[in-house]
Amino acid sequence: MKILVCLSVVPDTTTKITFTDNDTKFNTTGVTWIMNPYDEMALTRALELTEQHTGSVTAITVGLADTEAVIRKALAVGATEAVRVNAAPIDAFQVASEIASYASTANFDLIFTGRESIDYNGGLVAGLLAEMLNLPSVNVVTKIDVNDSVAKLERDIDGGREVLECSLPLVLSAQKEFAEPRIPNMRGIMAARTKPLSIIEPAAANTITFAKFELPKAKQGVKMINADNAGALIELLHNEAKVI
Amino acid sequence: MTLVYLEISDGKIKKSGFEALNFAHKLGEDVIAVAIGSIADTTLLAEAGKYGASRVVYIAQPEFENNTYASLLSAAASQLGSNTVVISGTYSGKAIAPRVAVKLQAAIISGVVDLPADNAFKKGVFSGKAFAFVQTNASKKVITLTPNSFNIEEIGTEVSVENMSFDNNSQTPLTKSIEKIKAGGKIPLTEAEVVVSAGRGMKGPENWGMIEELADLLGAATACSKPVSDMHWRSHNEHVGQTGITIKPNLYIAIGISGAIQHLAGVSSSKVIVAINKDPEAPFFKVADYGIVGDAFEVIPQLINAAKTLNKA
Ligand SMILES: Cc1cc2nc3c(=O)[nH]c(=O)nc-3n(C[C@H](O)[C@H](O)[C@H](O)COP(=O)(O)OP(=O)(O)OC[C@H]3O[C@@H](n4cnc5c(N)ncnc54)[C@H](O)[C@@H]3O)c2cc1C
Repeated sequence: MKILVCLSVVPDTTTKITFTDNDTKFNTTGVTWIMNPYDEMALTRALELTEQHTGSVTAITVGLADTEAVIRKALAVGATEAVRVNAAPIDAFQVASEIASYASTANFDLIFTGRESIDYNGGLVAGLLAEMLNLPSVNVVTKIDVNDSVAKLERDIDGGREVLECSLPLVLSAQKEFAEPRIPNMRGIMAARTKPLSIIEPAAANTITFAKFELPKAKQGVKMINADNAGALIELLHNEAKVI
Repeated sequence: MTLVYLEISDGKIKKSGFEALNFAHKLGEDVIAVAIGSIADTTLLAEAGKYGASRVVYIAQPEFENNTYASLLSAAASQLGSNTVVISGTYSGKAIAPRVAVKLQAAIISGVVDLPADNAFKKGVFSGKAFAFVQTNASKKVITLTPNSFNIEEIGTEVSVENMSFDNNSQTPLTKSIEKIKAGGKIPLTEAEVVVSAGRGMKGPENWGMIEELADLLGAATACSKPVSDMHWRSHNEHVGQTGITIKPNLYIAIGISGAIQHLAGVSSSKVIVAINKDPEAPFFKVADYGIVGDAFEVIPQLINAAKTLNKA
């Protein structure tokens, strides 16, 4: 089984978000970069599936040289090889185009992405890739098992979940519950140094641009209600805030 | 002309579809609503006219599958000559939108929360910690909206419903649905206007009875913090925050939740926030509109009583 896992490199979840250049650029000063949490779950499940069925896991990222620490982590937890498309990722369309052109050169049985990247929250790459490669896709998947080239999946739907079946190859996006991420050990970290990491030059152009950023408006301040008279809250929510 | 995808759920137009119609109408061009699905009484779709559609088109197709629906929607967009397609960002909307974009060779902007200004669309980024203004030069656009971002207003009258079908389309579903399982809660979290959420301060799953009772009385959905779902006190569908669901209800009541940055990321766009915590230093109070410092086990019963009185009034 050959699995391709798409990784995005994002600011650590504790990052305080600020902008520079008149609010036109994300301020990366002091930011710690991590593997997007959903992508990390996708990677782990890919490793589990190849351990169960034999096969290989290729990790791919569209990113500049500064993403290599995260790629090495993917290799350290067990990915067979890695590919970096040497471009700054700006929009989902561009990223999906790059990955699709790489994926079309190899026959992957499964292509995994995360449900969304926690920086630009597009949630688009899986669907774009599937359409570009003419493959079936399932989004927000919480579970996958594979038997004789047929995948059984569970995904979140509005107000519940759905159990589905789909023949391979297919593209999916991983939702929480998909797998528990692994922590690299010393042996893995050493092995990662000698695993293949190929760098390919980009071909796609971006289709959107970020003109400006804005932080949410600060709150007016909190109105405190005495705990002995907590019921007054309900009345304030009804008469003052008018939300119930 | 702007095309709006209307999602049908339980034989009705989903509320998020009305939001999409209102949004599309305010973009200024004619709006055609396209509903795909199976609906017994198609005259119900005429209602789309009230929210901004000048035409309503119905394409009958039994089971949801993203590729089939995306093919039909793109075919309709091409046939009707539409350059902008608006889709509400529900789970199924998010599954079809990128496919439609590739089929139409359109640029796609997801998670839009406001009408465009200076040709830029405002969307949430960094999981609710900021907003970005996105532009595109592409002549065709697919736009997905964050549900609950727009007030729904009636702006027109009912219109008659036209049927449309495509026979030369490749409509074989690529995936097969085996079973659909409804989540426990009565109101889906992503669509809820009021959310009662609780954290590790509730001590254990056995104490959620009062959370559910309060939610029921307020017509609210229930949510929880990450550790609560990690410990399986509640289902992961209720986990909100940076690695859970991002929501923006009118009212978010956080009980026994500290207000960690990753939690706030997913809920800070809520219009009104209430924090209930026994620790006066809890970070949640910094982003709250109303706060109660107190023990949840003493505060919630009072809220339940007050809500009962309000409901009777
Ligand atoms: C990569 C990453 C991603 C994450 N993503 C998310 C996410 O998406 N969502 C999320 O929620 N968290 C997320 N977290 C976890 C987050 O950092 C916090 O640990 C978590 O939100 C804390 O949950 P809590 O507030 O329920 O629990 P705690 O931090 O334990 O807080 C419990 C609160 O309850 C109060 N309390 C206790 N007893 C009572 C009582 N009787 N009455 C009233 N108040 C009481 C306490 O004062 C305290 O403030 C993430 C963390 C990481 C590292």
